[in-house]
Amino acid sequence: MEQSFINELKTIVGEQYTLTDRESLAVYGYDSTPELESRPGVVLLPGSPPEVARIMALCHGAGISVTPRGSGTNLSGGSLSGGGVVVQTSRMNRIVEVDEENLTATVEPGVITSALHREVEGRGLFYPPDPGSMNISTMGGNVAENSGGLRGLKYGVTADYVMGLTTVLADGELLRTGGKAVKDVAGYSLNPLLVSSEGTLGFFTAITVKLIPKPRAKITMLAHFPELNQAALAVSAIIAAKVIPATLEFLDKVTIKCVEDYSHVGLPLDVDAVLLIEVDGHPAVVAEEAASVEEICKRHRCSFFQTAKDADEALKLATARRTALSALARLKPTTILEDATVPRSCIAPMLQVIQETARKYNLTIGTFGHAGDGNLHPTCLTDERDKDEIARAHAAFDEIFDAAIAMGGTITGEHGVGLAKKRYLPRLVGESGIKVMRGIKNAFDPKGILNPGKVF
Amino acid sequence: MDYVKLINCMRCGMCLPACPTYKETFLETASPRGRVALIRKLQEGELDQSERLLEYLSLCLDCQACASACPCGVNAGELVAEFTCERKGGEGLSFMEELILRRLLPHPDRLEAALAPMRLYQRTGLQKLVRKLGVMKLFPEPLERMEGLLPNLPARPLRQTIAEVTPARGEERGTVAFFLGCVMSLVFSEASRATVRLLSELGYRVVTPRNQVCCGAPNMLSGDLAGLKEAVRTNVAVFGGIEADFIVTDCGGCGAELKHYGHHLEGDPEAAAFSAKVRDISQVLALHREELRAKLKPLPVTVTYHDPCHIAHCQGIRREPRDLLRLIPGVEYRELEAADACCGSAGTYNIAKPEMADRILTRKIATIRATGAELLVTGNPGCLLQLRKGLAEQLPGVGIVHVTELLARSLDGAA
Repeated sequence: MEQSFINELKTIVGEQYTLTDRESLAVYGYDSTPELESRPGVVLLPGSPPEVARIMALCHGAGISVTPRGSGTNLSGGSLSGGGVVVQTSRMNRIVEVDEENLTATVEPGVITSALHREVEGRGLFYPPDPGSMNISTMGGNVAENSGGLRGLKYGVTADYVMGLTTVLADGELLRTGGKAVKDVAGYSLNPLLVSSEGTLGFFTAITVKLIPKPRAKITMLAHFPELNQAALAVSAIIAAKVIPATLEFLDKVTIKCVEDYSHVGLPLDVDAVLLIEVDGHPAVVAEEAASVEEICKRHRCSFFQTAKDADEALKLATARRTALSALARLKPTTILEDATVPRSCIAPMLQVIQETARKYNLTIGTFGHAGDGNLHPTCLTDERDKDEIARAHAAFDEIFDAAIAMGGTITGEHGVGLAKKRYLPRLVGESGIKVMRGIKNAFDPKGILNPGKVF
Repeated sequence: MDYVKLINCMRCGMCLPACPTYKETFLETASPRGRVALIRKLQEGELDQSERLLEYLSLCLDCQACASACPCGVNAGELVAEFTCERKGGEGLSFMEELILRRLLPHPDRLEAALAPMRLYQRTGLQKLVRKLGVMKLFPEPLERMEGLLPNLPARPLRQTIAEVTPARGEERGTVAFFLGCVMSLVFSEASRATVRLLSELGYRVVTPRNQVCCGAPNMLSGDLAGLKEAVRTNVAVFGGIEADFIVTDCGGCGAELKHYGHHLEGDPEAAAFSAKVRDISQVLALHREELRAKLKPLPVTVTYHDPCHIAHCQGIRREPRDLLRLIPGVEYRELEAADACCGSAGTYNIAKPEMADRILTRKIATIRATGAELLVTGNPGCLLQLRKGLAEQLPGVGIVHVTELLARSLDGAA
């Protein structure tokens, strides 16, 4: 990258926030995706939306690529840059407004998701999307990837809450889409298009999200199942009984064993699966739903059923699920965490496919995830130094994704396509799907400078 | 360094919000994940040992909040410390390091004598005379900061004045050996006196050997492994002769180091036995909650508690000190937001990196202000020094004491 160009960038964001040293560039060459690295040419940390607009205009003129980045928790390589400019949003971290009359909040892209939770919950309001990374992931990243979370079953994902966006386009122009009006059918729906665009269509500088009243009550339960199939059937039966839990999480035997080995939370080692279930809402409804869940689990031969007495015990039960990834990650150095997703009626056959594939390729795959919405996290435990094992892991995921697609599912429920899964995308959306997506990309970014090489 | 420890980092970023220096800078190079990556890339030959790389690593406070936050058990703080230690390998200690680590710390009497001018200085106000001392001229700025941090020193260090054996009050339930710690003995001797008194009140015979030496943490920080092992051997030998149920310290930093003795002298059963007996004072007092409650008199005061890194992150002790504060009748306990976030003291960090230390301290003081508490309580001398200075400058009117000092006040029934 030419020095004169870098000097111009410095005049926009300041010397201190223009990183060009080898050491900095090396550590901005990764995000949370295993195996992938790609070093940027320069890293910028702008402090305001006008600075972003000026950066984009300058890069557009020079034909240099721009990759937005929040905290780098991305699991599909979406925040890696191939030699271009990386723009980290962390300094743009103001909660601009919480509008209690319209039930909206407007934030800058660098706001940490859980900081928004704390702010609105203090006012009796609720922003439901709660990705596993919510303590560090940014709102800009959540919107770009359309992040899900543990409450996805009942409350939906990030896209269901984004009402308005201010986006800097590739040439530095501003695009405003949506707003605080609940109903808005003017023209094409650009908001949902920008949500999950993975940084390829524009750079968000302001995000307006919908808030809802905070549920008044919550009951947390844990059920042990000696048979995997019974656990899967219990999930379907709970939904069929018209109970929509806020959280309906699943851990398989491999995961349970790891969790227990490392955290000694008291999980049973003789069962095939556990379900963590949370119902929330009006106290009377919550009590009724909890009773219904208990009855269904017992009918499906759960060997143990526990209801948390208070918030402390609820947290203890939830710990099992929350420590799942950590427990798995402690076993082997490289964890390849995927998010194969199927219609929820297909959870049992999908789990079976994962287990068979793991056996076939002689791999350890632990599966946990959001059973209620069909979003599973088969996690392959490998060692990146063992090239043969890594190759077998990729072959196994090839088959797992094919099976997910065959069941009417998808290759990613919440991590995005990025670099990691772009080779699977044509299998899912077909030639015509890719063609339409390319056309849209071209309309937003004719020079192809925004996060190039991602998605397709 | 063990390469597997480096590749165990899955780069999930869970450590980022826990890291005080990342919170101040938002820079990946100032994050635990970034530091592990820097060391890894250095080992892989992708980066070399540049000044800049070492500068980035030196920003780490080694508070180990990242270790508490890491889902996969990576301890980035410890990895940086280990790297620094291996790199220096005890070679080329600076004049000051040589003086302090080799000539003073292993000999408490010399260390105490070295601080005598400071006491003189404080007692007589002979600032100019002290400033003329050669050492100060060599390092004017850091010493000025050190001077600013120092509260009034006690007339004599505790080591010189405490009885070798303090008998149990009432029926004797057992024996504890008391590990003094340099700064506690030299600066916070009243808190340590309270520690011994509380143990005695609870029926423990307290043995405080005079010939104990520094725990070795400063040697570890400077990469002086030979000096560290010497300190470990001396203390293991000194305390090995005492039939004690516990080896107790009221210094979080010493406690964390002492619990590592078994690791420092791997394969030495006596070092392992030593470490197994080490307890922070709050752990021992918490064993006797009810007896303590019966002895405590009311103190009408609102308090909050700061978790020292060496107690919360390194030793995993969080509940006990809070439980003890809640035992005191009349005390209104208010939880501090991000109570286990570093205060910026971090050994000699506040002297080596004053700018960052001050930013971290200012953030801490703001959270203390938000509680509205009248008194801040903590359990480590480094934090006591740093927070004392921060409160004096930014929040005068809020006092600060060691946990045992407050408990002792409650025994007396006098705030």
